[in-house]
Amino acid sequence: MDLRYNDEQRAFAQEVREFTRANLDPSVAKKVLEGARLSREDYLAWHRALYKKGWVGVGWPTAFGGTGWNSTQQHIFDEVTADEGAPQLMPFGLRMVAPVIMAFGNKTQQDHYLPKILSGEHWWCQGYSEPGSGSDLASLKTKAERSKDADGAHYIVNGQKTWTTLGQHADWIFCLVRTSTDGRQQEGISFLLIDMKSPGVTVRPIIMLDQEHEVNEVWFDNVRVPAENLIGEENKGWTYAKFLLSHERTGIAGVGRCKRIVKRLHHVAKQATANGQPLIEDVRFRDRLAQAEIELRALEITLLRVLDAEREKRAPGPEASLLKIKGSEIQQTLTELTMMAAGPAALPYVREGEHEAQDVAWLSDEAYRYATGTYFNFRKTTIYGGSNEIQRNIVTQLVLGL
Amino acid sequence: MNFSLNDEQTALKDTLAKFIERDYSFDQRWKITESDVGWSREHWNKLAEIGAMALPVAENDGGLGGSGVDTMVVMEQLGRGLVVEPYIGCVILPVALLTQGASDIERAGLLERIGSGESMVAFAHTDAGSRYEREQLKTRATFANGAYSITGKKIAVLGGDCAELLLVSAKVGQDAAASLFLVQTSASGVTRFPYPMQDAQRGADISFVNAPAVLLGERASAQAAIDYALDAACAALSAEAIGVMSELQKITVEYLKTRKQFGRAIGMNQALQHRAVDMLMHLEMSRSMAMEAAVAMSAPDAKARAKSVSAAKVLIGQACRFVGQQAVQLHGGIGVTHELNVSHYFKRLTMIGASFGDCDWHLARYGESLLAA
Repeated sequence: MDLRYNDEQRAFAQEVREFTRANLDPSVAKKVLEGARLSREDYLAWHRALYKKGWVGVGWPTAFGGTGWNSTQQHIFDEVTADEGAPQLMPFGLRMVAPVIMAFGNKTQQDHYLPKILSGEHWWCQGYSEPGSGSDLASLKTKAERSKDADGAHYIVNGQKTWTTLGQHADWIFCLVRTSTDGRQQEGISFLLIDMKSPGVTVRPIIMLDQEHEVNEVWFDNVRVPAENLIGEENKGWTYAKFLLSHERTGIAGVGRCKRIVKRLHHVAKQATANGQPLIEDVRFRDRLAQAEIELRALEITLLRVLDAEREKRAPGPEASLLKIKGSEIQQTLTELTMMAAGPAALPYVREGEHEAQDVAWLSDEAYRYATGTYFNFRKTTIYGGSNEIQRNIVTQLVLGL
Repeated sequence: MNFSLNDEQTALKDTLAKFIERDYSFDQRWKITESDVGWSREHWNKLAEIGAMALPVAENDGGLGGSGVDTMVVMEQLGRGLVVEPYIGCVILPVALLTQGASDIERAGLLERIGSGESMVAFAHTDAGSRYEREQLKTRATFANGAYSITGKKIAVLGGDCAELLLVSAKVGQDAAASLFLVQTSASGVTRFPYPMQDAQRGADISFVNAPAVLLGERASAQAAIDYALDAACAALSAEAIGVMSELQKITVEYLKTRKQFGRAIGMNQALQHRAVDMLMHLEMSRSMAMEAAVAMSAPDAKARAKSVSAAKVLIGQACRFVGQQAVQLHGGIGVTHELNVSHYFKRLTMIGASFGDCDWHLARYGESLLAA
């Protein structure tokens, strides 16, 4: 048993770090480290740099142009790039729809979509949740009716998706749609790829509690979708959706991101003063930071155990199912601590660019500028990707057998 | 990076698991704890035959030269069986202390006798009224007529009831740092007050009045060995807690499946289901930290070791409390009885939390490492 990286893994981490330092735009890194909102171009510039290097298909097999890295290498890549302030690679194309296309798409679909996901030509978004279908996803109602005309077989899609993350940037959306109302509701769902430029698609922003535009509603009004955009078989979409959910289990713990926040928190706690002393000298604050760090270390080792089991082709144990719950809780704790470190500087809501314009120098400190917004924003982590209560139901059923 | 046990460790684990199944059922344990001495020489000897005592002893000292991970394997199984024989008190602690704090000549033979199960040596360290203090000792040693003698009172000495030899931490005169002494329990001026502890393990308070003592290692230079030994005990307790918690978790889930109220299994209730999931979460996070602590015992850097061990003791101490309390709660009335094994697991978890530094103590120690960083 050895919990450290071996020489080969350390060398790989170093290679990733050097590449990131040489190719990541420092102004983007600064935004990421401060928790500022990123533009479409910020994400894409990093995506393209990795594409040029052949590193963008992180979890992909080499046959499809991926890196072929094992799960530990993937984790090292996530950890190091997060530490350097690289934007998160958008998972919707690379880690969500791509594995489904690889596993269940036909050759034409694979040849068409996968290279464009890699190159960044297509930005994807996810069309799963609906206003009436959150945790109970299989109850979704967006309807796709098959028909045929002179231009060929197609579906007419009507309905509404919601919580569509960065849908405002997206070129394509992968959707779960209802193609049948017979039998169990899971059996009437299909997996459909839809061009966001199709007539009848409308994207409306949802402004979240941090007053940012991160998610959207996507409306479909008689949208015509070519039948060849169906993945796999009609009415088998639920199987593909479940495959997708199980495929991305380890990344959602956000260990790399958490380690970055901890590092920043240390920096902040040494700068901020309380009673004339650095905040880190305050025992109450230090205990909280220590507690969060310890939990993060436990999460990290647990994640590494899961990755090790995957690499050795041993079935991951129950620990895999728990990563999302604990990871999201720790992310929330850390963002809350960052806000606490800000003290009264957590109070003002000052828009982008206004810090410099007005005489509010005391809160223009970069360390605090986005602390509160990030705290509010991160309340999402225990809700998305299957709320933590749903996750506990899953563990109850699949692990405890209750 | 590698999280697997090697072949020898797997074999060791299987052997100990068999010992627990065959020789350490709840009923067998009950007989042991109800006996006058409260532990079993027969079971102690069986553990020695398996090689558990020789495991942490270095090969140079006639042992098997096992690592922290080997100890983890042993402790997890001892935890499953709620073994009351003082393995931490009379093996882990004295072996670590003698290896780190005594010269070759001083420890010659003694470690071998511990490794064979023949000698029982306990560590008398905790001064009355000093809580978890590691350095500021009240017990004093004096040097006169070419010999040392010790005066002071040590409490909650694990295995202090049955050990024939004691390793005693004390300060000589106005020394800044602690020294380590060897004292015969039969010596004049040594008085023992043996007792069962809350979890049925045995211990003793021991008072020393001018008791003759032999200095081990250099005077005023035992602190590193004491820290190492107490960290080794914490790492061992962490691994033991995994065994205790995994049994308790299993027993509780089984109860949720079989206990019926309102015409159905109580495990059908989501409030109880989610509590059981949280117990599992504590257990799995703890398992990771027990590994961290076990591996850290081989770290060359004492500060890195201290940080990892304290991190483990904090997280596992909190888990012990949660898993123990919730196991009792989910069992309802039967959970608070003496006759059911659940309360015995709970009590052991509680004692683990209170031994060699509680969560607050280790959180503070971990926090201090953040100041230095």
